Amino acid sequence: MNERPSSRTSRFNWRVVHTLAKRDLKIVGRSKAILLPMVVVPLIFIVAIPLGVGLFAPQMASAGESEDLGRFLEMMPAPMRKAFAGYTDAQIIVVATIQHLFAPMFLIIPLMVASTIAAGSYVGEKERGTLEALLHTPTTDLELFAGKLLAAWIPACVIGWGSFLVYTVVANVGAWHVMGRIYFPNAMWIALVTWVVPAAAGLGLGMILLISARVSTFQEAYQIGGVVVVPVLLLVFGQLAGVLYFNLIAVLVLGAILWAVDAAMIWFGVRTFRRDEIIARV
Amino acid sequence: MSSEDAKTMAVHTENLKRIFGNVNERDHVVAVNGLNLDVRPGEVFGLLGHNGAGKTTTIRLLNGVLAPTAGSMRVLGYDPVEEGPYLRRQTGVLTESPSLDEKLSAQENLTIYGRLYGVDETTTRARAAELLETFDLSTRAAEPVGTFSKGMRQRLALARALLHQPRLIFLDEPTAGLDPVAAESVRRLILRLTEENRRTVILCTHNLVEAQRLCHRVCVLEHGQLVALGTPTNLSRNLQQGIRLTIEMDRYDPDAFSPPEAAREVTWNAGAQVLQLRLPHREDVPALVASLVDAGHRIYRVSPEEPTLEDVYFALHNAHESAGKKVVV
Repeated sequence: MNERPSSRTSRFNWRVVHTLAKRDLKIVGRSKAILLPMVVVPLIFIVAIPLGVGLFAPQMASAGESEDLGRFLEMMPAPMRKAFAGYTDAQIIVVATIQHLFAPMFLIIPLMVASTIAAGSYVGEKERGTLEALLHTPTTDLELFAGKLLAAWIPACVIGWGSFLVYTVVANVGAWHVMGRIYFPNAMWIALVTWVVPAAAGLGLGMILLISARVSTFQEAYQIGGVVVVPVLLLVFGQLAGVLYFNLIAVLVLGAILWAVDAAMIWFGVRTFRRDEIIARV
Repeated sequence: MSSEDAKTMAVHTENLKRIFGNVNERDHVVAVNGLNLDVRPGEVFGLLGHNGAGKTTTIRLLNGVLAPTAGSMRVLGYDPVEEGPYLRRQTGVLTESPSLDEKLSAQENLTIYGRLYGVDETTTRARAAELLETFDLSTRAAEPVGTFSKGMRQRLALARALLHQPRLIFLDEPTAGLDPVAAESVRRLILRLTEENRRTVILCTHNLVEAQRLCHRVCVLEHGQLVALGTPTNLSRNLQQGIRLTIEMDRYDPDAFSPPEAAREVTWNAGAQVLQLRLPHREDVPALVASLVDAGHRIYRVSPEEPTLEDVYFALHNAHESAGKKVVV
């Protein structure tokens, strides 16, 4: 005899969620259009830039780049400025760029990975015509939502954390001839990676979730989803303009704000992810 | 029908209605309009109608994927709205487009859906292998579905719909877009499925020859409304009065033989030596043949032409369209 509880109270099945997430990841892993930006962008951010800054810091210092950095340091709060005391111009360039200026830009990686996978998972499914069969399965709306959410969120976090490890190695190796010691990461970066990176990933996929109902192709979703980097760019320019600085407190506050936004988007997503509304648009 | 009778049905709907859009706005669409339906267990039931008649929406409603605007339904004893996940464990759906993951292999497509339908790993693997063999896909099991022909995709989608051994199967245009050989292969699979396994099948199609061949009963939908219901044969007999005869004979001598008064549409094709006419009842045929022989004609062949489901469908469609126009006026 079958159990007959209501679907609204049916037990949440993690095996189903795991299967859905694994399925989406398999499809993403075999799609060049989705995979390519997820490999190329992190490579530029975590290898090319720190290596370039480390290797060419002495030349940049002699070319007068340190004057710009000097102005940047002058705008910094006094306690933070003290951290640069006793550094050579080349060391200032390395530490200010790799540790401070680059911190908000690093968030582009989880944001981009999450929004790319989510675009492929939510909107790409519609585009590939595979959504209807999925909606006819016994999965509940919540399981479908959770499967798709985890399929984007987990790889974005893993790639974010992996990128941080590579960035740590490249930053220290590339600038060894300037710094002469392991100078990276500091406490602010540890907080950034463990607290803010997962929240930034949530923001990327939440953004796609919000627009997924209004777009019909992966490319469309991917392009509109590019808007998620705007807050990151504001943080970068905010630092350059002396409006805000990435220190431990700022990172903890930023993380708390992003988690709050994520929670609101997930709450909205759970309420609006209804198969009868989704299938009406298929 | 009593509530007890309704409980024994595989599908029972009462005044089922689905409207898309806001009813107060001009562009709303009534996709299903007051549908009353009973499908018996083990039956192959055809939903006929042209594009936009409400066939796919009906399947979505019956499988608990789409919520009705009004009315009630029970499918395999479940309320699709409240017990959708439990109902869907017992149903299999072949959607209008195969809806397969093209980046994944045939094997992966089946195993993933096996897990989603709650079938354990060992059983899923065994059934997937068996179905791939049955559907003549085992040699391509590891290849991405993107490399498959349309017929192969359709067979794989059908295999996926059967993997969890559902009690009720919805087939939405299973042979649409297939070449005649592939379509015939899918039809044979459906026949085998119902004859050997006694599963209930709801078949959406606008291929009337297919419906006549496969379905025990059919209903015709027009603008979301049920306009006819019955066995293909009964529908044909009830809606197309009389029987049309083709008689091949040596000559036609109107002086020696005059057709009965009830005969209609009498024509003689001298070149083909064929007399064609319509009689009101099958029982009139022996007397007609006897009187032709008495009049000295040599009869070579007598062929009754039963009206096809296609004749019935077009008669219904035309009648409904004219009635619809009258209502509008």
